Amino acid sequence: MSMLEVRDLHTSFFTPSGEVKAVNGLSFSLEKGKVLGIVGESGSGKSVTAYSILQILTSPGRIVSGSIRLHGDELVGKSEEEMRRIRGNKISIIFQDPMTSLNPTFTIGNQLREAILLHTDRNRQQADARAIEMLRLVGISEPEKRIHQYAYELSGGMRQRVMIAMALACEPDILIADEPTTALDVTIQAQILELMLQLQKELGMAIIMITHDMGVIASICDEVIVMYAGGVCERGTTDAIFYHPMHEYTRGLMRSIPDMNDDEKTRLVPISGTPIDLLHMPKGCPFSPRCDRAMKICLQEKPREYWVGHDHLSACWMNVKEGLCMTERPEEDPK
Amino acid sequence: MSEKSSAFVPNPEYLLQVHQLKQYFPISTGFLKTTMLKAVDNVSFDIRRGETLGLVGESGCGKTTVGRSILYLYKPTDGEIWFDGKRLGDKASLQAFRRRAQMVFQDPYSSLNPRMTVADIVAEPIDVHHLCATRGEREERIHELMQLVGLNTEHATRYAHEFSGGQRQRIGIARALASRPEFIVCDEPVSALDVSIQAQVINMLEDLQKQLGLTYLFIAHDISVVKHISNRIAVMYLGHMMEMAASNELTRHPVHPYTISLMSAVPVPDPQQSRKQKRIVLQGDVPSPLRMPSGCPFRTRCSRATKACEESRPEMREVAPGHFVACHHL
Repeated sequence: MSMLEVRDLHTSFFTPSGEVKAVNGLSFSLEKGKVLGIVGESGSGKSVTAYSILQILTSPGRIVSGSIRLHGDELVGKSEEEMRRIRGNKISIIFQDPMTSLNPTFTIGNQLREAILLHTDRNRQQADARAIEMLRLVGISEPEKRIHQYAYELSGGMRQRVMIAMALACEPDILIADEPTTALDVTIQAQILELMLQLQKELGMAIIMITHDMGVIASICDEVIVMYAGGVCERGTTDAIFYHPMHEYTRGLMRSIPDMNDDEKTRLVPISGTPIDLLHMPKGCPFSPRCDRAMKICLQEKPREYWVGHDHLSACWMNVKEGLCMTERPEEDPK
Repeated sequence: MSEKSSAFVPNPEYLLQVHQLKQYFPISTGFLKTTMLKAVDNVSFDIRRGETLGLVGESGCGKTTVGRSILYLYKPTDGEIWFDGKRLGDKASLQAFRRRAQMVFQDPYSSLNPRMTVADIVAEPIDVHHLCATRGEREERIHELMQLVGLNTEHATRYAHEFSGGQRQRIGIARALASRPEFIVCDEPVSALDVSIQAQVINMLEDLQKQLGLTYLFIAHDISVVKHISNRIAVMYLGHMMEMAASNELTRHPVHPYTISLMSAVPVPDPQQSRKQKRIVLQGDVPSPLRMPSGCPFRTRCSRATKACEESRPEMREVAPGHFVACHHL
């Protein structure tokens, strides 16, 4: 059984101008010790997916339907108090912006201690010791001194390390990282990614890595979900997605990234059109208005997910037309 | 302007030449105490007509300050800037220069006035420099500019908030083109955009360059984007120039230890290559520019640092034709 099972999740924001379906029928599962990447553009629903799992959505957003199971235990419908015992303990999150996600009026040590005291039966002294141990684990020098410092005294990379320390202090089963390196420079990003992978191996947790950067996905993820307009375009192992993309959107994404190995500087092929307006979703495939190969059926009916490889699912009518789809999971990849 | 640097002889081959540019900002560090923050120190480079020079570096390295100083948005502390054979500095030279040089800003949300219509935003340089004699001419030019950047001319009376990020950046580019400039400083023009939109804007910038014969200084932190668009790339660290070379040469064969680690840290969107890639993870953080290390600014994080690096600051040297590096260990 998977550690985390998300089935047909629908999360909407009920705004004055109408219902915004931010997550629209998302299903996936996460195995122990795996790194799952969720990639997509702004508005694709990747962050809302994370917030839905932790149920930290702010009004007017709420989970409309679907199921989220952690070790078989249904999370949807749990009370706020029950969720509180899960957050930070079983599932932790690191936010994108380390500048704003730490409280400026408390010391680093104070904020670390809070999580430890809340979720474990350590006393204050033990909690402090644990805080220092965690800071050392994430590579912060002189942790005994740092716990008395405030967020403003630390650099961006340091703050993100503190956030990671805080998220890992209670040894969660799942760490959700919501664009953890987007606000950081590349050399600092490399440090943080390396640290996350190393801790993941040491502590055996699973990571959900939310990002828009295909480079970050390629460097740390085992599996990838490509999201567009709240739904899954395709998912599979990182190699399958990168080397055999089976959805026009994924192919378009790959073509629009400049290739570092290309000395000829071939002209980029952008995805035409503008990002989707979630208030006015098309009837058929959400990507069809921007898809160069859209057919009649794409405009009329939303494609369902089909197997296209042993570890690879895709929701694209093109695959159906070309006869590449299977309703059962194949034993091995088709040639 | 100091007297000693006036020996510089401009080369007519280049549109823009920057010689020993210094940009210091006084920072109050205590009661009646000010320290000079050396945002840019002794930076020299030049750009040929029709060329794109990429400027990369991490946040706080001074790349944006360089862009702003050469446009005289700040008055440089020291150094010389030559544009089209003339030295900038006095009022007359700047007035003409400001029509011929423009800027595209990073944030398409805060760089457009929310109270102005698209037409007025785009026409602002036209109005400032009195480039159109009649209303009809002005309107025609606005429509021409909007078409040039792929905006629907019917949207001229709309406000910026009605557009998506990519479209807003197009408005910003149309505004920069309004005074028919020859030189444009693009300060992170695509970093706020989604990848699929990024490619649209990059292609458009390339097309406009060909069509209008523009020269770009392209400032960005995304090295794969900079490599794609630039002919040459300059790397900055803590206000200093570290390395400068043709873009393929710099990305394939970086020489400076900082550039090497920077290149190795770029995540490649290719899982197999990524697994093989040897990352040189730099230790520690960038030092504060208020407490600049002595000698080479990179020495505190450099694995090859020696006594020499502590004692003197390495000068830019040409190690191969067109490849300049500031490092003692070569």
